[in-house]
Amino acid sequence: MNQATDNRRATPRIRGWASNRQLLYQFLVIAAVTGFAYYLFSNAQANLNRQSIATGFGFLSQEAGFDIGETVVEYSAGDTYRRALIAGACNTLKVSFIGIILSVTIGTLVGMARISGNWLVSTLASAYVESLRNVPLLLQLFFLYALATDVFPHPREALSPITGVFLTNRGLYFGIPAMAPAYKFAGIAFLITLAALMPLRYWARRYRDNTGKILPINAISALLCIGVPLIVWILGGAPREMDVPELRGFNFRGGASISPEFGALLLGLVLYTSAFVAEVVRSGIESVNKGQTEAAVSLGLKRPHVLNLVVLPQAMRVIVPPLTNQMLNLTKNSSLAVGIGYPDFVSTANTTINQTGQAIEGVGLILALYLFFSLVTSFIMNWYNKRIALVER
Amino acid sequence: MTESENKNDLKPPITEVGWLGWIRKNLFGDWFSGLLTFACLYLIWKIGFPALQWAVLDSHWSGTADDCRGASGACWSFVRHNYRFILFGFYPYEEQWRPALCIAIFVGMLFISKNPIRWSRKLLYGWLVVFVVIAVVMRGGLAGLSRIDNNVWGGLTLTLLLAVVGITLAYPLGILLALGRQSRMPAIKMLCVAYIELIRGVPLISLLFMASVMLPLFLPEGLVPDKLLRAQIAIVLFAAAYIAEVVRGGLQAIPRGQYDAAQAIGLSDVHRTRLIILPQALKIVIPPTVSIFISTLKDTSLVVIIALFDLLHTAKATLSNPDWLGFSTEAYVFVALIYFLFCFSMARYSVRLESILSPEKSGSV
Repeated sequence: MNQATDNRRATPRIRGWASNRQLLYQFLVIAAVTGFAYYLFSNAQANLNRQSIATGFGFLSQEAGFDIGETVVEYSAGDTYRRALIAGACNTLKVSFIGIILSVTIGTLVGMARISGNWLVSTLASAYVESLRNVPLLLQLFFLYALATDVFPHPREALSPITGVFLTNRGLYFGIPAMAPAYKFAGIAFLITLAALMPLRYWARRYRDNTGKILPINAISALLCIGVPLIVWILGGAPREMDVPELRGFNFRGGASISPEFGALLLGLVLYTSAFVAEVVRSGIESVNKGQTEAAVSLGLKRPHVLNLVVLPQAMRVIVPPLTNQMLNLTKNSSLAVGIGYPDFVSTANTTINQTGQAIEGVGLILALYLFFSLVTSFIMNWYNKRIALVER
Repeated sequence: MTESENKNDLKPPITEVGWLGWIRKNLFGDWFSGLLTFACLYLIWKIGFPALQWAVLDSHWSGTADDCRGASGACWSFVRHNYRFILFGFYPYEEQWRPALCIAIFVGMLFISKNPIRWSRKLLYGWLVVFVVIAVVMRGGLAGLSRIDNNVWGGLTLTLLLAVVGITLAYPLGILLALGRQSRMPAIKMLCVAYIELIRGVPLISLLFMASVMLPLFLPEGLVPDKLLRAQIAIVLFAAAYIAEVVRGGLQAIPRGQYDAAQAIGLSDVHRTRLIILPQALKIVIPPTVSIFISTLKDTSLVVIIALFDLLHTAKATLSNPDWLGFSTEAYVFVALIYFLFCFSMARYSVRLESILSPEKSGSV
């Protein structure tokens, strides 16, 4: 691996290669790194031979033989290790995706609360941020998990704070609307509305640029996004039947449920990350010069417009890079799932390593997957960042 | 005359000044603010008050587990009975004054080094001496102290040790990486960039796995370090990448003119870096370094996963003590408070330090 990349780097005519002494330094460093890598490699080979562990990814096609508590994709113990790892990766994606959406939303609200003029609101928001970000995430996860499994009662004595919602030590159970065709149509209507909104918003922006008149396009969008599916749902007969969980035997049946592992992990990740997001949002908004707000107000813009058209576009440029970092942190932190038994990628890879002894391949896969996530996220966010940066000047 | 009398007569309305004015301005500025105030008060009444009741009003501070089980409040007696294990782990009970002394020395040194006025070469040597003393006191085998191997070190001592040693060793490595990243030599630059981005792209837990299961495969049998040292190496390698990025920020903040000036007076590359650039860059990055120390301290808790007994793990272990089953909340709250105390005070310190070190910047904020 090293040699291939080094050869490519060795192209002459780059400025740094000009001086002989620098050439020597670089040669020495590369030699040292290559030598060290070779040393490790030969040790590994000797050790693997001695312990008669086969190298390579052949083990992926063997039967995994362990169960995974909850999966997005279909999986059973009879499937291969490859399937198990894919199931783990999907679980990681699931918790990261939901976690990112929730923590950005909550973090933005808390960040705005911190700079609120209301003393009680800003104090509570500060307390939220400081208490959550100064305690290790793993501790919070253990705490939440212990809360979910030790403190919450057995399904038979389930806590029911709201009708149809049950808190038990087996997880959170709640009712969902029973499946009816109307919901499917409403969903399709929602997607169509979203697609139709894009040209509408584009037109609204053109209209604003040409005439200087601002249409309440955000309010209209929100109204349409909720209104159209709602109308379709009503036309579809407005089915209101709920699939409510019921206690049968030792546990609940029906409805939807969140396992204590997933619930604790998601809640912990969201609480912890939202505290950091709040700080990012706060410093972003505070970075916009007060004069900008005052100038916008004196131009006669209304308060929401001041925020939407003047403050936020400038704040976003400060906010986006550290926000990307927080999203990546959440994804990486989701690996702490292994501590409370949520079967994420690290957890399934760890089981695989323990069963097969393929430590190098297993850890290599973990590194590769997270690097892939990091690269994809930074790629998307860089693209977005460039787009909003172009608006400037 | 009438004017001054009028001034005396027309005091500001009572609703604008004093505590009433403050409440009006800060809690009921407009209808939305008022609404939020009531929402917050409701929240405090619904969550804050029961929490207070649990933690203080209804809590038990002495007695056995059975006394506690009858009560509805927190059982702090659990902490009183188990704090020695939570703080010091499996360190022999009679010898636990040694880690306690080490923590005391360490915290004392932190207080001495708090003020930038005392920062000097002497203080640095002082820290080196303290490190040696702590190592000797912890490990023993000298001066009549019995030898205690590091596999029984645990609790708060281990957490602080991993974090402090981690940062201390990671710092020089991080500086080298940052300089390498700024280097004009492409091979060195690319190696450093690759290292930094690789480490920052993966979770710490994967490095800990690497250290615990992969490293033994990569070293000859006799040379494999013990588990604690392997975890320490992983933490050092991890923290170094983050320090490198912080130091890079400092290096980039140095104006171009400093480089040119150093070159103009005939300094070599090495001298320029050591005498002109680094001292200025490192001063800038002291506050963010404190933040890195905070996150390293929190990150040490991950060694739980590779079965080292740090503060979090000892707390977790007490939960399976058959005499004290079912007090997880108390244990975690206690440990959370310890972490919070360290992290929060250092975070505040870092903010203060920022304003002390760059007074011109703090004016604008």
